[in-house]
This record gives sequence, C-alpha cells and structure tokens, in this order.
Amino acid sequence: MDLVGLIPLLPILGFAAIGLGGRWLPKKAVSILGPGVVGASFLMTLAVFFQLFSLPPSERRVVTSLFSWVVAGNFSVDISFLVDPLSMVMALVVTGVGFLIHVYSVGYMGEDPGYRRYFAYLNLFTFSMLCLVLSSNFLLMYLGWEGVGLCSYLLIGFWYEKKSAADAGKKAFIVNRVGDFGFALGVMLIFTTFGTLDFGGVFSQAPALSTEGGQRIATAITLLLFLGAVGKSAQIPLYTWLPDAMEGPTPVSALIHAATMVTAGVYMVARCHALYLLAPFSMAVVAVIGALTAIMAASIGLVQNDIKRVLAYSTISQLGYMFLACGVGAFTAGIFHLVTHAFFKALLFLGAGSVIHALSGEQDLRKMGGLRKYMPATYTTFLIATLAISGVPLLSGFFSKDQILSAAFFSPQGGNFLWLLGIVTASMTAFYMFRLFFLTFTGGCRASEEVQHHIHESPHSMTVPLMILGFLAVVGGYIGMPHALGGVNAIAGYLAPVFADLPHLPEPSLGMEYLLMATSVVVAFLGISLAYFFYVRSPQAAERLRQNFLYTLLLNKYYVDEIYQALIVSPIVAGSRWVWERFDLGIIDGAVNGSARLVEKLALRGRQLQTGYVRQYAMAVVMGVVIILAYLVWG
Amino acid sequence: MAAVPLDWYLILAGLLFAIGTVGVLVSRNAIVILMAIELMLNAVNLTFVAFSHYMGKNDGQVLVFLVMTVAAAEAAVGLAIILNIFRTRESVNIDDINLMKW
Repeated sequence: MDLVGLIPLLPILGFAAIGLGGRWLPKKAVSILGPGVVGASFLMTLAVFFQLFSLPPSERRVVTSLFSWVVAGNFSVDISFLVDPLSMVMALVVTGVGFLIHVYSVGYMGEDPGYRRYFAYLNLFTFSMLCLVLSSNFLLMYLGWEGVGLCSYLLIGFWYEKKSAADAGKKAFIVNRVGDFGFALGVMLIFTTFGTLDFGGVFSQAPALSTEGGQRIATAITLLLFLGAVGKSAQIPLYTWLPDAMEGPTPVSALIHAATMVTAGVYMVARCHALYLLAPFSMAVVAVIGALTAIMAASIGLVQNDIKRVLAYSTISQLGYMFLACGVGAFTAGIFHLVTHAFFKALLFLGAGSVIHALSGEQDLRKMGGLRKYMPATYTTFLIATLAISGVPLLSGFFSKDQILSAAFFSPQGGNFLWLLGIVTASMTAFYMFRLFFLTFTGGCRASEEVQHHIHESPHSMTVPLMILGFLAVVGGYIGMPHALGGVNAIAGYLAPVFADLPHLPEPSLGMEYLLMATSVVVAFLGISLAYFFYVRSPQAAERLRQNFLYTLLLNKYYVDEIYQALIVSPIVAGSRWVWERFDLGIIDGAVNGSARLVEKLALRGRQLQTGYVRQYAMAVVMGVVIILAYLVWG
Repeated sequence: MAAVPLDWYLILAGLLFAIGTVGVLVSRNAIVILMAIELMLNAVNLTFVAFSHYMGKNDGQVLVFLVMTVAAAEAAVGLAIILNIFRTRESVNIDDINLMKW
C-alpha cells in the first residue's frame, strides 16, 4: 500500500520535467516521458489493486497518510490517500485509459508546435485527477477538483491563437466556477457540521444527522456538493460548457471531457453516498436532473452536424444516466456505467480524432462519408464502440445501461417516469450514434477532391490504442453481467464493501427483468433501424425532416446558449461595465488622481520659497537663530 | 597683573561674530563670505578659550583645536568649489549662482 503515494507522484514529476525542462529535452524524450510516467503510474495502481484484493473484503479500506498538510487550531488535514475498491476502480480507469490516450497523442499531436506544452498539461491533469479520486479527505479532493478544472481550461484553450478556442476555455472555466462555488460551500458546511474533513470521520458521524434538523443540514450539504457535480459533470443547467470544450485537441476531449474529469461528479456523489442516503430530497434531485439531462442532451445530439459535438452531447446524456443511477440509489450501476462509458466513449472520441486527422481537420459530418474502405482499423473499432453505446446485447454498454434502467424501474426512489425517460434516451442514443456512423463511414465520400486525396489510415501509435479500447469496450461489460443472464455481477460484489451501508433493494422478479431487457433491446434496434432508414436507404426523407420546426429547435440546442447570454451574461457584462466606468474610473481613479493633483497644487506654492539665492537662505538661518534666542531669553 | 574680566572677552567675541554674520549676509563675493565665516568661527573659538580659562578646565581648548581643523578643511573644500565655479561661470558673485532651487 505504500506504493499509493507514487501513483500521483509520477505524473507530477513528468509535468515538472516536461514543463520546466521541455525546451532542452529532445522531442523523442518527451514522447517517451509523457506517456511513460502515466504508464508507470498505471502499473503502480495495478500493484496496489492486487494488494488490496489480497485482503479480506471487510478490510479493504486502507488510508495511507503521507504528511500533515494544514494544521490550524482544531482544523487539521493530511495529505493522505484512501485505497478502497471505489478509489481503485477510478484510479485504474484514469491511469489505464489515460495511458492509452497519452500514447495516441504521440501520433495525433506529433506535428504540433506545442507538443511539449501539451504533454506537460496532460501529465498535470493526470496528477490532479488522481488526487481527486485517491484523496481521503475533502480538502485534497477539492485540490484535485480545481486542478482538473484548471487543466481542462488550459487544454480546451490549447490552440489559444484561435479565438473560439480561447473563448471556449474561458466559458468552461467560468461555468465550472459556479459549480465549484457550491462544492466549496458544501465542504465548509461539512467542516462546521462534523468538525473534520476526513472521509472516515465524516461518514462515520453521518448517521447522527438522521434527526429532523440534521436531515435539513444533510440536504443542504448534499445539494451544495451536487451543484459542484453539476458543473464538473455538465448537467442541467451548467452543461453548456462541454459542447464548446470540443475546441480542444481530440485526445483531450477523449480523456478529460469523456472518460475521466466529467465523471468526477459521479464519483463524488458515490463517495458521499452516506450523506446522500440521509437526504431523500437530494437523491430525488440527482435522479431527476440526471434523467432530464440524459434526454435533453440526447435530443440535441440527434441533429448536430459536428462529429465531436454529437459525441459531446452523447457524453452529457450518458453522464445523466450515471446520475440517474446514483439518484435512485444504484451507485454500483452508476460506477459500472462510468467504467464502460470510459472505454467506449474514449474509443469513440479517439476514432473521431482519427477520422478528423485523415480528413485534414474536417469535423463536419456532411463532408464525410465512405471512409470504411480507407480506414479499416478505425472503422472496425468505431463500429464496436457504436454498438456498445447503443446498447446492443453482449457488448459493454448493454449491461451497464440495463442495470441503470432496471434500477430506475424497481428502486423505491425510481419509478416508471424516470424509466421512461431513460428508455427514450436509449433509443435516441442508438439513433444518433448510428446516424454519425453511417454519415462517416458508409455511402460515397462528400469531401472535396483535395481532402479525399489525402485520406489515409492513422499511424500505429493511434490505431493500437483504438484496438485495445475496442477490446475493452467489448469485454468491459462482463465484469457486471447480471444474475438474470447467468452472470455473477463481479463489480457489484467487488464494490460491495464500499456500499455496505446501502439499504437492500427489493429483488425484482426475473420475468419483469427479462421484459425490461427485451424492451431496451427493442428500442435500441428501433433507433438503429430508423438511422439506417434516414441516412442509408432514403436520405431524401432526412432532407424533408429538416424543414421541421422541431429540427430547427434542436439544431439550435433549444436556444439555451442564447437564453443564458441574454439573461445572465449580458446583464453581468453590462453591470460590470457600469461599475467599471462609474465606480472604478469615477470614484477610485478620481480619488487617487484628485489627491495627487492636490499635492501638486500645494507644492507649486511651496516651491516658491526656494529662490536659489544663498544669501537669502543664510538670512533665514540667522532669523531663525535670532527668534530662538529671543524666545530663550524673554520667553 | 589684573586679569581681563570674562565679560570683555565675551563682548569682543559677540562683536566679532556679529561682524562675521553681517559679512555673510551682505557680501556678494564668495571669497569674502568664506572669510566672514572664518571670522564667525574664530569668534566662537575665543569664547571657548575664555570660558576654558575662567572655569580652569582644558576641555574648551581641546574643542578649539577641533574647530580649527574643521575650519581648515571647510576652507579648503569651499575654495575648491569657488575655484571650480569661477572656471565655469567666470564669476565669484554669489547672486549669479542661483540654480539651487526647485
């Protein structure tokens, strides 16, 4: 377990080496060092994981304290790491998927002049994310939470000379700030309530809040923490930054905005489940926000034309699923979906990156098509990921999504309505993913002659990670195969020590479970067939749909950005401008300049005294002496 | 031999000091001003010596040596400055040198 300190240490060392010494390092060294430290970190995580596994299940919770960080009065926080099944799942995903994406980046960013800066940021991100998931107290978690936000900002605005990228970075940072504000308040409220920020201390004292007054505090804490999760994990109403974040390099979208950072909110809610269970209202809020986000983002994704934006809305929608799972008390299902989603969504983004790379930077679906014969490796892996996310049986997405839907249906906190939202979302997911797939890989190529001439399969550094992720996207689901299908649901058993305090859900009848499963398979195939009909069989039908009012509404993303602009951004900008012009320029600058002008006026008078004639000065001295003498003699 | 009373020494020193002061104030020639300052210093020296004798202590006489040393140094520096001013401005008139302001 002592190795756990090395897990975050290696990436920060990589950041220091590349960030400080990158100018003098040859490019080859950066290509090895950048992914290398994350790979080493992954091996450390594996080692710790197997150490943990060798313990009996009830003892699988080890806190390693490195040193005391902040001590002030009765407030004390250590740099300490918590190793338990939940944090290990997250650390494995972060370092494992992170390592593959680092390797992919070597190929993808190879020609970029900011190559060293890119890897420095990426290593810093890995460090922050590992702090977030491995921390054993809220303060270190907050450090990681802010750190990933910073890296997200830096990497979205990586091509800062492009105005849209710089703007998107700012937007992500500011929108996240709203959420982080809630998170910070939540942490403070936890400290005033429990007198400690340590997970162990807080969660062991949590049951004391089951009184009526205590429940109100628990509700406040959990809602504030959830506000942080809403910002970081792009849920309604703070999801608008994530689609814009696609301005960053594609591997960044895969790592930060699909596989790891955006799932931090889900992890945090699962980590704090002891508090959430005390606040039924917060649980309901989490579930409803999750379900609404899932369906809203999926509906927007139906019509977007930018390949990465479709995937971005898909990510928001899938994150909504995870929150839906947490909200109905099925934390295991949420974490399970987080893991499978990390595999297939990272794969989708990397595949999209491969496509964009081949098409010389083209991201518009309307200018793609027919790439199947040019890029067989990308085509195959992308198809696997598309099938997985659509919920086709026997692939990873099917198992995890099905667990969530079944939990939403059977859980006492769930209900038919939440399940219905989920199942409609599932069908939309299948539709937009296959629309994307058909438009990209089948039919004739709609790119310009010149671009077509350059189409090529990506280098091995890019296709090998694709294949590994493709493999994981297929088999990842078998760690959580439900009992109804003859599986053992390994992940639920593995996570059981963490969620031991959860109330037992009523065991659903097998028949009902098979029925739900059949329904989700049917809607998935319905979505796929619709996509096939509109985008392969009769594209003119799709053309006709474009005239629709609903289509325009969706294409413009429900005008949410415009509404925010009008209701929030513009008034704040106008108010700030007013304060700047009136208060800053008028009062503050006026006071400063005014006092300077007063001194200047006085000095203009005062300097007349100095004539420059030595004899006058001497006269003044003598007069002074005479006056003093007169005072001493007669005074 | 009847000793000269202390008062007379003090009156003489006061007169010398007043003459020196007036010399500094009215003269325009820098060299004359310097000489007037010497006069003032020596007036002070006279009082030192007179008091020293009157009190029967040697402290005042020691101080006089100090004043003489400082006066010599001051005269040397002052003359050097005046010499330099004369070289650049062709004048030792103190009123021509009125740049010592704002």
